[in-house]
Amino acid sequence: MIEATPGRFPLPPDLSPPDHTKGWVRTGIRRYVPATLIFIGGLVLWELVVQVFHIKRFLLPRPTAIIAAFGREFPTVTAAGWFTMREAMGGFVLGASAGIVIALITARWTVIRDGMMPFAIAINATPIIALAPIMNNWFGITNPMAKMSIVGVIVFFPVMINMVRGLSEVQPGFIELMDSYGATPRHILMKVRIPNSLPYVFGAFKVGTTLSVIAAIVSEYFGGSRDALGVYISQQAALFHFAEAWAAILVASFSGIVFYLVIVVVEHFFIPWHASIRAVAGE
Amino acid sequence: MTTSPAVAISGASKVFESTAGRVDALRGITLDVAKGEFISLIGSSGCGKSTLLRLIGDLLEPSSGTVHVNGKTAHQARLDREYGMVFQQATLFEWRSVLDNVELPLEVMGRDKAERTQTARAMLDLVQLTEFAGHYPYQLSGGMQQRVAIARALSFEPSILLMDEPFGALDEMTRERMQAEVLRIWSQTGTTVVFVTHSIPEAVFLSSRVVVMSPRPGRIAGLIDIDLPQPRSDQTRESPHFYEKMTEVREALRGVQAA
Repeated sequence: MIEATPGRFPLPPDLSPPDHTKGWVRTGIRRYVPATLIFIGGLVLWELVVQVFHIKRFLLPRPTAIIAAFGREFPTVTAAGWFTMREAMGGFVLGASAGIVIALITARWTVIRDGMMPFAIAINATPIIALAPIMNNWFGITNPMAKMSIVGVIVFFPVMINMVRGLSEVQPGFIELMDSYGATPRHILMKVRIPNSLPYVFGAFKVGTTLSVIAAIVSEYFGGSRDALGVYISQQAALFHFAEAWAAILVASFSGIVFYLVIVVVEHFFIPWHASIRAVAGE
Repeated sequence: MTTSPAVAISGASKVFESTAGRVDALRGITLDVAKGEFISLIGSSGCGKSTLLRLIGDLLEPSSGTVHVNGKTAHQARLDREYGMVFQQATLFEWRSVLDNVELPLEVMGRDKAERTQTARAMLDLVQLTEFAGHYPYQLSGGMQQRVAIARALSFEPSILLMDEPFGALDEMTRERMQAEVLRIWSQTGTTVVFVTHSIPEAVFLSSRVVVMSPRPGRIAGLIDIDLPQPRSDQTRESPHFYEKMTEVREALRGVQAA
């Protein structure tokens, strides 16, 4: 008969998750106030430097001028931002999906992994953006697929490489343990390798969000639809409308940040244990 | 079948070949472990005790000789889920709650959810972690993690528990509590235990028999019966007979080093 004898072990110190509801205001102030002050200070300094040293408008417009341009051009730049973000997100989904599928295939057939990884790493190190004019030829200059394919290729490699790493870099003890249960390779894939790879995959996704926005905009510099943010920026710059160009850059960086944060939220949802471990580790 | 020993090893040896050369990890091991026995393998690092444990558990194959478990080959015994394994590292899956970790072997074995949860909860009761079912491994101390690993190893009622220095990473006080805990579980479940350690008091306190091993190549240098009365307790550790047995094991190990 199996029964527990309670109370033989002293309970450890409080291990319940810390209560974030108390004192979150103070924590929030401590965390965000310095950044906010530096941001505002930076803008003020920028404004003053431009005025005091009479820096030419086309070299560096004043922040107030950029904000004014942003207000004037709001419908145009936000529509262009959305157009470009759809390219970035579409390409991201294509590249990330392909990366995950190929990584899973390499987990099944390790010969493919060993044969492919050197090339994947080499291609990942080449500036794929240089393919943009070629893709414009392939798909047509105004076809969003031309940009999405560039974004897709750029996102594909980090996702694939990191997922392969996450699928293969498993603690040997986990595999021994599963073997001792007489587990099949499929069990090991589903219950060990895939969960183990998720933090790697989300790391790659986060890098991928930034890369995808950069790739979409830069590939638009080589020509594209008039509705695109990259095209808008290059045209305004050509017309010496630098405040407008800067306003569009503002939209681009804001979109990139939002995209990144969306992935962070999804990560918390999918692998809450990982975020918690990082929090405990103080990262 | 009922008369076949839990573990029967006959003339087993293990050679590791690598580019760095050839290592004779084990040579000519012959050993029987009776059902319900608590046996410890003790020896210095590199004496092949962990390798021997892995041969029994079919995580490694012998280069020559045979390993039988409950009258079957070790391989068949593994496929029949006769082994519960506990390693020095708790090897808990950090993405699973404590309860889900204990359920893992049952999941692999295709038991249904209700049965899994019920069994896993009973196992957590057994290792006195009932209230921690919903916690994640990183929230537990090293000793608690190791108790979860023991609960997981016992969840499918394996006939043999293979433990590879399970308390090696724990502090002395926790270690002694865990030893008492393992003995309690052993007496309640009647499981055969093969326990690897390099601690003399641990081997003497836990075992019904201690296998003293010598290194390069790994061999069995001596078998020592530990006839201390059961159940064992903190008084056992203070009894003169406990010290005599420790001395006996120590001298056997010393003989090994002198050789």
